[in-house]
Amino acid sequence: MRQLFKFHGGVHAETHKAESTRTPIAQCAIPSKLVIPLHQHVGNRAVPTVQVGERVLKGQIIGRPEGRLSSAVHASTSGTVSAIDMQTVAHFSGLPDLCVTIIPDGNDEWIPHSGVDYKQTPHTELRHRLREAGIVGLGGAVFPSDMKSYSNKHKIKTLVLNGAECEPYITCDDLLMRERAADILHGAEVLRELLYAEEVLIGIEDNKPEAIAAMQQAVNDDRHARMEVIAVPTLYPGGGAKQLIRVLTGIEVAAGVRSTEMGVQCFNVATAWCAWRAITYGEPLLARIVTVTGNVERAQNYEVLLGTPVDELVVQAGSKPDTYKHIMGGPMMGVDLPSGAVGVTKATNCIIEASPAMFPPPQPAMPCIRCARCADVCPAELQPQDLYWFAKSDNFGKTQEFSLFDCIECGACAYVCPSHIPLVQYYRYAKNEIWQREKEQQAAELARERHEYRQFRIEREKQEKAERLAQKEKAALAAKPPAATPLPVAADQNADPNNTLQMRVDTDIARSNMQMRIDAATARAKEQAAAAQPKNTVALTPQQQAEIAEIEARRAKFHANASHSGADDESSKQ
Amino acid sequence: MIAALLVMIGISLLLGAVLGFSAIKFHVEGNPLVEKIDAVLPQTQCGQCGYPGCKPYAEAIAKGEADINLCPPGGEEGIRKLAELLGVDFKPFGEGAGPKAKSVAFIDENICIGCTLCLQACPVDAIVGAAKQMHTIIASECTGCELCLAPCPVDCISMHTIPQYIGNWKWQYPTHSIVQVTAR
Repeated sequence: MRQLFKFHGGVHAETHKAESTRTPIAQCAIPSKLVIPLHQHVGNRAVPTVQVGERVLKGQIIGRPEGRLSSAVHASTSGTVSAIDMQTVAHFSGLPDLCVTIIPDGNDEWIPHSGVDYKQTPHTELRHRLREAGIVGLGGAVFPSDMKSYSNKHKIKTLVLNGAECEPYITCDDLLMRERAADILHGAEVLRELLYAEEVLIGIEDNKPEAIAAMQQAVNDDRHARMEVIAVPTLYPGGGAKQLIRVLTGIEVAAGVRSTEMGVQCFNVATAWCAWRAITYGEPLLARIVTVTGNVERAQNYEVLLGTPVDELVVQAGSKPDTYKHIMGGPMMGVDLPSGAVGVTKATNCIIEASPAMFPPPQPAMPCIRCARCADVCPAELQPQDLYWFAKSDNFGKTQEFSLFDCIECGACAYVCPSHIPLVQYYRYAKNEIWQREKEQQAAELARERHEYRQFRIEREKQEKAERLAQKEKAALAAKPPAATPLPVAADQNADPNNTLQMRVDTDIARSNMQMRIDAATARAKEQAAAAQPKNTVALTPQQQAEIAEIEARRAKFHANASHSGADDESSKQ
Repeated sequence: MIAALLVMIGISLLLGAVLGFSAIKFHVEGNPLVEKIDAVLPQTQCGQCGYPGCKPYAEAIAKGEADINLCPPGGEEGIRKLAELLGVDFKPFGEGAGPKAKSVAFIDENICIGCTLCLQACPVDAIVGAAKQMHTIIASECTGCELCLAPCPVDCISMHTIPQYIGNWKWQYPTHSIVQVTAR
């Protein structure tokens, strides 16, 4: 028996998991339309690669990853792209983001795809495959998995597979482990190979005995070496990466340190399963298991195509009429969905239908009585009551001193608060404000730099101009002596009026010479201008050509007007 | 008596020399207060304070010539920071002056004639262009100072407020709706 460790705090919330674990995972029918957001992961938004009206196949890339930290987005089924526009997405703000809308044709026709044997394939290619398959952390953080499966900088000893699923109501990982344990473990082997990890620890909370048994059975059947299924005590938030690592290995990941620096990497069980499908079968991440529970007739887990509107999903579970909002995720950390039309994303592990009886609107917050119950339950060992105090008074420097950024926003503090203070909201507010200020500070720094450089440049140009002038004068002075030599002669002959005339003739000749030279230069310039062809007018679209023609016409009109008025001026002068 | 006097004079000369030496050795160039004030200012270089840029305004504040409430882009928080730094009282913005929503300049390229006047006005070189060539704004460098609006002979520059989208959205200060309670 392995020795387990404890993390600080935690709460025992009512789990409500039994409702949705009675039946196996069901297939959610293909919906009437798919709304697939292009930003379902941490990092840069994917760039759309399809066009409106285009027919796409199941598994076809519709959003290409952009930059280092990004992930691909795929069509979840075959159909026609009906729109690429801003649509409401599952986000706290309720603001729209770029989505691809697909009208399925019902054929569910796959794009040709094939997998590889991970043992025979170089790691770079495996990581590339994960990226192109859109594999991200399915525990809710949606961090691109290819970025997490490097081990060159730090030696990874332990791979932790997270099947704790600590948040109430959610059972998607539980059912996945019960039904697809063998493939999860295969996925774990792929990740172990990528990380060169020695051992694999699978942490599952002890309120899921069936899942633990299934996983243990799979480990024994396939004779996985150095792989251990460990039942961890049920305590929220025991499924947080840092908390689970602490419980399983005793390693406390310090503030501002990544777990990889301590030799541990953590993946969700569903991520391992998807990684296995992506590598061995070439199937990108097109669907995920979603728990539909709460105020429904049949609480159940569904395998749902990404982009399925939440409304069409909850209908299948029999959402009751007194549902007043949908919560995406669990009751502790979940998002209240802005509408039922938003599509299911890679982060959607659970949809809770909320009725006023089950989820009454939050009670009005009362003053903090400094009972410090929040400090007792904080898994990050912070002082939530102090953080609240400072965040409330906009004292952001102090919140940082009290390690605000170690807060994992688990909501345990708000759960136990007898004054019903929305503590997490205050922390999120403070974090956002601090980030905003940092951004503004950086922008100001940049502006200052550019302004100072501009002033320096102007000063330098002035100086250079002065120097050039000085040099010219010098050169003129230097050139004067030879010009000055005839002067004495001229001065000698100054008395003679004929010679003055002679000089005037000379200057006239010089002047006409100058005029000729100017004329020649003008003619040359004109010739060059006529010979030079504008380079940016090749291969223009008809629309652009039409636009150019229009501008030319306008210009010609202006010219005509100008010459006309010019002629008027001249005539009036005459 | 004389010995004591000599000792005292000696000590004072020695200390004076040390002080004089350190005054030269550890001399601080410029007024450090100006740098501190400049660091608080938002660096938009907009001149709304009446000085040609943030540094000159900082210098004026340091000399005590300018008030601390003349910088609308800094917002009330900027005034608060200045008040704290200088140890003076907070002073609200004057009539009509106040922070505006953050915006960036935008050039209508169909109208722009390529005169380069806005290039010369931009304090942070955020406009790209050359004589008789199309000009355009580098939005990420634009401070929204509006100094390019006035010199444009064809009025092709307008200010666009930066819209809210998911990328710049932030959590608001938690507020609670007031619920009416029946009187007992």
